[in-house]
Amino acid sequence: MNAPTSIKGGIVRGGQTLKQHRDEIMEATRRTGHYAGLKKMELRDSDPIMYNKLFSRLRAGVVDARETAKKIAASPIVEQEGELCFTLYNAAGDSLLTSTGIIIHVGTMGAAIKYMIENDWESNPGVRDKDIFCNNDCLIGNVHPCDIHTIVPIFHEGELIGWVGGVTHVIDTGAVGPGSMTTGQVQRFGDGYSVTCRKVGENDILSRDWLHESQRSVRTTRYWILDERTRIAGCHMIRKLVEEVIAEEGIEAFWKFSYEAVEHGRLGLQNRIKAMTIPGKYRQVGFVDVPYAHDDVRVPSDFAKVDTIMHTPSEMTIRPDGSWRLDFEGSSRWGWHTYNAHAVSFTSGIWVMMTQTLIPTEMINDGAAYGTEFRLPKGTWMNPDDRRVAFAYSWHFLVSSWTSLWRGLSRSYFGRGYLEEVNAGNANTSNWLQGGGFNQYDEIHAVNSFECAANGVGASAIGDGISHAAAIWNPEGDMGDMEIWELAEPLVYLGRQIKASSGGAGKYRGGCGFESLRMVWNAKDWTMFFMGNGHISSDWGLMGGYPAASGYRFEAHDTGLKEIIRTGGEIPHGGDTDPQNPVWDSLLKGATIKRDKQAITTEAMFKDHDLYLNYMRGGPGFGDPLDREPQAVTDDVNEGYLLRRFAESVYGVALAEDSAGSFTVDTAKTDALRAKIRKDRLAKAVPTKVWMAGERERILRKEAGLQVQQMYAASFKLGPKWEEGYRKFWDLPVDWQLMEADLPIPSYGREYSMDLSELPDVKTVQFVEE
Amino acid sequence: MAYTKTKIRDLVAGKIDRDTLHTMLSTPKDKERFETYVEILQEQVPWDDKIVLPLGPKLYIVQRKADKKWVVKSHAGHEFCDWRENWKLHAVMRVRETAEEMEELYPRLMAPSTDWQVIREYYCPKSGDLLDVEAPTPWYPVIHDFEPDIDAFYTEWLGLEIPERAA
Repeated sequence: MNAPTSIKGGIVRGGQTLKQHRDEIMEATRRTGHYAGLKKMELRDSDPIMYNKLFSRLRAGVVDARETAKKIAASPIVEQEGELCFTLYNAAGDSLLTSTGIIIHVGTMGAAIKYMIENDWESNPGVRDKDIFCNNDCLIGNVHPCDIHTIVPIFHEGELIGWVGGVTHVIDTGAVGPGSMTTGQVQRFGDGYSVTCRKVGENDILSRDWLHESQRSVRTTRYWILDERTRIAGCHMIRKLVEEVIAEEGIEAFWKFSYEAVEHGRLGLQNRIKAMTIPGKYRQVGFVDVPYAHDDVRVPSDFAKVDTIMHTPSEMTIRPDGSWRLDFEGSSRWGWHTYNAHAVSFTSGIWVMMTQTLIPTEMINDGAAYGTEFRLPKGTWMNPDDRRVAFAYSWHFLVSSWTSLWRGLSRSYFGRGYLEEVNAGNANTSNWLQGGGFNQYDEIHAVNSFECAANGVGASAIGDGISHAAAIWNPEGDMGDMEIWELAEPLVYLGRQIKASSGGAGKYRGGCGFESLRMVWNAKDWTMFFMGNGHISSDWGLMGGYPAASGYRFEAHDTGLKEIIRTGGEIPHGGDTDPQNPVWDSLLKGATIKRDKQAITTEAMFKDHDLYLNYMRGGPGFGDPLDREPQAVTDDVNEGYLLRRFAESVYGVALAEDSAGSFTVDTAKTDALRAKIRKDRLAKAVPTKVWMAGERERILRKEAGLQVQQMYAASFKLGPKWEEGYRKFWDLPVDWQLMEADLPIPSYGREYSMDLSELPDVKTVQFVEE
Repeated sequence: MAYTKTKIRDLVAGKIDRDTLHTMLSTPKDKERFETYVEILQEQVPWDDKIVLPLGPKLYIVQRKADKKWVVKSHAGHEFCDWRENWKLHAVMRVRETAEEMEELYPRLMAPSTDWQVIREYYCPKSGDLLDVEAPTPWYPVIHDFEPDIDAFYTEWLGLEIPERAA
C-alpha cells in the first residue's frame, strides 16, 4: 500500500489521522476484496528475500520478547504456564505477527486499538511516542477481565507506524470472589477491575495514580505489578526491534510489509482451505451446562438462580473459491453468569484452533479474520447486546462451542485422506481450582490453579488423543510443577494421577485428563470453589467415537486428617480412581463430603486438612470402540487410563488377570464378546424414524427438564431461521409454541437490554455480521 | 510432497511412522492424496461399487455399480439412502437416556446427567457397527452434518472427472 499523503494533521505516517487511515484501509478492503486494496504485493513480489527477512526477524523478535519477558513475572500462571502473548500491529490496528502463547489475543488487543481509533483517542487523551495504554474491557473485545493488555504505540520520526500489544492472564482482578475466573457475580460490575484503553503512562513511565489505584483494586498486588512489568518489557523489546529493523531496512520496506503481511495471511488461509478441505456445508452443535439452581451456587440475584443450557449450533459453508462462512444462528442469549463472550474473543479464539490445523504457520494475523465471514446474531452469548453482562469465565462455553468445529473440519480432512489432521475435538478445559483468603505467607491471596492447561486431547483418525497434554486456549499446554503450585497455594498435594476413563471411548480414544488431590494447609479464612462442566459433556466423539466423560466434584470438610496423620493412620492419597466405588470416603469418618455432579460452585469455606479434588477433563474419541486393538485396551487398563469393567462393556475386550495383577487379552472370548455386543446393539436399536415419532410426541407433550425447554425457547427467539428448521424437522403444528415467558422460571434480559453503543460518545466497532 | 501408497496404507491402518507423520503435518499437503487414499479404501471394502467420498471409517458415498446411482453405503454393505440425504435418518439407533445406560460407558458421576444430555448411537443395520454418536439435549433434531459439494471438489479443486451419476 502506498501511504496516502493528501491529508495532513494526523499522527499516522503520511499525515492522516488514525481514523482516516483505518477508514481508508477498510474501504479499500471492502471495495476490492483484498486487504487494504492490495491486489498485488509489491514488496513480496519485487523483493521476496527482503519480505521474508522482515517476517522472520520480526516474528523471532516477538517470540523472543515473550520468552524473555515471562521470566520477569512471578505469577505461576505466566511464568509456569506461559499465559502471555505479544502481538505487532500496523497503524490501523490489524495484527501482522504474534508470538506463541495465548494467541487468542491476536485479535483482542487489535480490537482495543480499533476502539481507540474509532473514539478519537488521538485528540483525547492523545496518542504520543512512549505512551502506555492499559485495557481489559470485555465489552470492546477482550476475552475476560483477567487478561490485561498493555498497548504501546510505535513512532518513527514523529509519525505513528504501528502498535505493539502484550497480554498476561493475571491471577485476580478484584472480582466479587478471589481468582481470575470467578463464578459468584452475575453482572459485569462484579467482574472486578475494568479498564478501557486507559493511558496509564507517558515517556515510558507508569503514572503514580495508576500504580496506586490499580494495586488496591486487586487482591494479588505483587503478581499484578510484576505482570505489568512483564508486559511493558516485552512491548518495549518489540518496539526497539522495530526501530532497529527500520534503521537497517528502511521505513518504506517496513511500512509495505505491515499491510502486505495481512493480505498474505488472508490469501494463505484461502489457499489452505482449498488444499485441505472439501467444499460444502457442515453442521454441528455445542452445549454446556449452567447449573445455578443449587444451594452451593450463591449469587446475589434471584433471577440468576436458574438451571440453563448454553447452545451453539453452527453451519460452516466452504465455497468453491476457498472462501468460507461460519453462521451461528440459533445460539443462546447472553445470560446472568460469567460465561458470556465478545464477538472478537469468539472469532479470535477460532484462530488459536486453526493454528493447529488449517494455518499451522508462523503467520497468524488478522488476514485470517479478513478471510472469514462470521455471523454471530446480536444478543447471543457471544455477541451480547447488553452492557451489564459478565465475562469472567467466557471460556466455559468458548471451548465447548469451538469443540464442535473440529468435527466439521475433521469430516473434510477425513474425506480427503488427510487423516493426520483429524481431531475429534478438544476437552472442556476444567476444573478450575480457585479461591483465596490468607495464604501460607500471611498475605491476602487468590489462587487459580492452571493445572487444566493440560487436559486430554481429542482422538485423531490415526491414533489416540494425547493424555493430560493440552488446552485449546494455549497450544503449549503444561500442567506445571507440583512444587511450584505448593509454593503459590496453601494446598498440599496428596496425589496426582491419570483420570481413568475420562477420555471418550473409540477405535482411538480421547486423551485422558488427570486429577490432583489437594489438602488445605497453613491457610487462614480460606475459600475455594469449582468451575467446570458437570451435567453435560460438550465434547462429542467423531464417527462412532464417544464423548469425553463429564465432570463432578469432590470436597471434604472436617476430615479428621490432623488426628489421622498424627497417629499414622491411613489417609486419602492418589486419585479418586473409580468414583462409582470410592475408597477415600470411608477413611474420613464423620467428615462432611460433597461428591456430586455440581461442578460449578461459589466460594465455600475451607479449613486446614480439608480436601479438594481437582479433576481435569479428557478429550473425545474417534471411531467404533469395537474396532480398537484389544491390546491397546489391555494396555489402557494396565496403565490406569481405563477402568477394567469398561474394557468389556465398551470395547468388548475380555481380559485375563495374571498372578501379578496385570491383564492380558483373551482373544477367543474377545471375538465372541464383540460379536455379541454387535448383536445386542441391533436388538436394542430401532429405526431412526421410529424413534423420531416417539420423540416428537414427547416434544408435543413438552416432556423435558426446564433447562432444556428454556434453551430451545431462547434459541427460537433469537434464531427464527433455526426455529423454522426445527419446526420443519419435527413437523410441529403451528399452535405448538415454546416461550420463555411461559416457563415457571425467571428470564430477565429476555425483552430488555441496553447495548454499550447506546452510551453517549461511544462508537463501538462491528467485527462480524450480526 | 507425494507419499508412497505403502505410507498412505500405513496411515489408514493407524501405523504410520513418526517421521513421516511429522512431515505430513508440517509440510504442504500432497494433492494426490485423495486418489491414493480412495484406491486403498477401494481395495479394502467387500463390494465393487466405486467410492466417491469416504464419510467415516465404515461409511462412504458410492456410485452403485448396477445403475450408477450415488448412495450412502456402509462397509458391511448396507445402502442407507441417496447421497444427498441424511443417512442417519435411515439407520437404526439407540438412545441412552437413563443413568444405568450411561454407566455402561462411564463411571457414575463421570457420565452426563440424562435430563440435560442424552447419547444417541447410530448403527449399520447389517453389522451393528457404530457409525456415529450424537450427544445433544433431549428433543434435538438429527443433525445432517455434511453436505459435500462433490462436483466442485472433483473438478475445480482436484482436476478429476466426476464419476457418472444417475439421476
